[in-house]
Amino acid sequence: MKSGSTLEKILTAGHFAFTGELGPPRGSNIEAIRKKAEPLKGMVDAVNITDNQTAVVRMSSWAASLFAISEGLEPNYQMVCRDRNRLAMQGDILGASAHGIRNMLCLSGDHQQFGDHPQSKGVFDIDSTQLIQMVKKMRDEGQFLNGQEIDGPPKIFIGAAANPFAEPFEWRIYRLAKKIQAGADFVQTQCVFNMEKMREWVKRANDMGLTEKVYILAGVTPMKSLGMARYMKSKVPGMDVPDHVIDRLKGVEKGKQAEEGIKMACEQIAEFKEMKGIAGVHLMPIEWEHKVPEIAERANMLPRPNV
Amino acid sequence: MIVAERKPFDEIRQLIKGYKRVLTVGCGTCVAVCLAGGEKEVGVLNAELKLSQKTEAEPAGFGEATVQRQCDMEFLDEIQHMVGDYDAILSMACGAGIQFMAERYPDIPVLPAVNTVFIGVNKDVGWYEERCKACGNCALGVTGGICPVTMCAKSLFNGPCGGTNQQSCEINADQPCAWHMIYTRLERQGRLDNILQIFPANDWRNQKPQTLVQPGYEERKASE
Repeated sequence: MKSGSTLEKILTAGHFAFTGELGPPRGSNIEAIRKKAEPLKGMVDAVNITDNQTAVVRMSSWAASLFAISEGLEPNYQMVCRDRNRLAMQGDILGASAHGIRNMLCLSGDHQQFGDHPQSKGVFDIDSTQLIQMVKKMRDEGQFLNGQEIDGPPKIFIGAAANPFAEPFEWRIYRLAKKIQAGADFVQTQCVFNMEKMREWVKRANDMGLTEKVYILAGVTPMKSLGMARYMKSKVPGMDVPDHVIDRLKGVEKGKQAEEGIKMACEQIAEFKEMKGIAGVHLMPIEWEHKVPEIAERANMLPRPNV
Repeated sequence: MIVAERKPFDEIRQLIKGYKRVLTVGCGTCVAVCLAGGEKEVGVLNAELKLSQKTEAEPAGFGEATVQRQCDMEFLDEIQHMVGDYDAILSMACGAGIQFMAERYPDIPVLPAVNTVFIGVNKDVGWYEERCKACGNCALGVTGGICPVTMCAKSLFNGPCGGTNQQSCEINADQPCAWHMIYTRLERQGRLDNILQIFPANDWRNQKPQTLVQPGYEERKASE
């Protein structure tokens, strides 16, 4: 075991993993974390704790990860390259590991221009691939990025993100390969709406032997409404929402669009369970945490394996 | 070249407030080419300042001069005979020129009339684009002549990020994705192998004030 996290145990035992997401509050309101954590308990194997997501200030992801642990959830601690340099990153990784955080997702981060402090200086001292490499070096070689010895290396199951849909499509699989080469143990993909393209991307990953080296969790986001689908299609960078998804939501009356969205998400999960090269699903219901138990139940993801 | 833009007029007026005699000094190199602070722009700025001062009780006097390069002491010496007649110097050079001017004439305030914005290229008359961040560790040989530090909004060395949007950067549809361009250029040249390997963490060499002495000039510097 590299980290001993539940997520690592689930995946190495060959179970189909199921992860969720929890965005920290815009304040020190612990109640908000408890409220979001409650419906996730027992439903997912680990919960991504986002790091100033969309470049908006929130409670730090390591602090919210500790609250997640005290609420009985296993955090997947997200870290972006936008807000801290290699010194701060390594310090936070050591602190996180010492506090029992065992999974980490290494990300570039949305550009600060999108957020609530667009005047801020983006750090980007290292990028997400280099961050993965750094965590691996800390864990496996017991060394900081500069080669100096660490007194008590961190135990972290290393996660990476992948966007199978961004152009150039041909390059995406090589970028995945680079992240695996850097040291990624698992990968969580961008929200998948374009299943045709996803199948092709996974096929290429299989053909290149990448799925034997890394666990890929497919990102699933249930659409709450036609408006949300249209927004995701036109406004969210890197998102690929095909017209047939929009049309399907358009085909049902407004009051039933949320139900249709959940149905579509469950169909996707069912397909991913059978898809060669997919090791799990990362469920990202946007401000819809309370729907997780229903989706977990209807997608036959329960009970979660005890490892 | 170094690209600059003139500061807003009201900000310039605010900066020179209280000085009775102001010498506006242009620079004949980069900022002249990018139409921000050459001889012509000095004339225009002074004309505007004189016009706006007419309404005030005590109009100030404005002088003007333009030197070849404000980043060179030899040229800064040329205005020595004028400086004594003024209370302040308004420099239209880049940040380097302004500071060298202030160093050369430390007894009077030297004020900036322009904002220095980037090292860039001349796309067309009046149209300039950034191309270099002077990171001190050039990767262009590997990245197909497209700078990942400057042209990628996140300065990624192993891009593109997940926000790349049909060949555009996530920050702006008009800004091409640097890594899309790098991929396309290298593919065209049959050099995609260049980016299959992981770029290690960069050695940022521009994080402190720097001095460069070219080989062969060490002794000359030591004798200064």
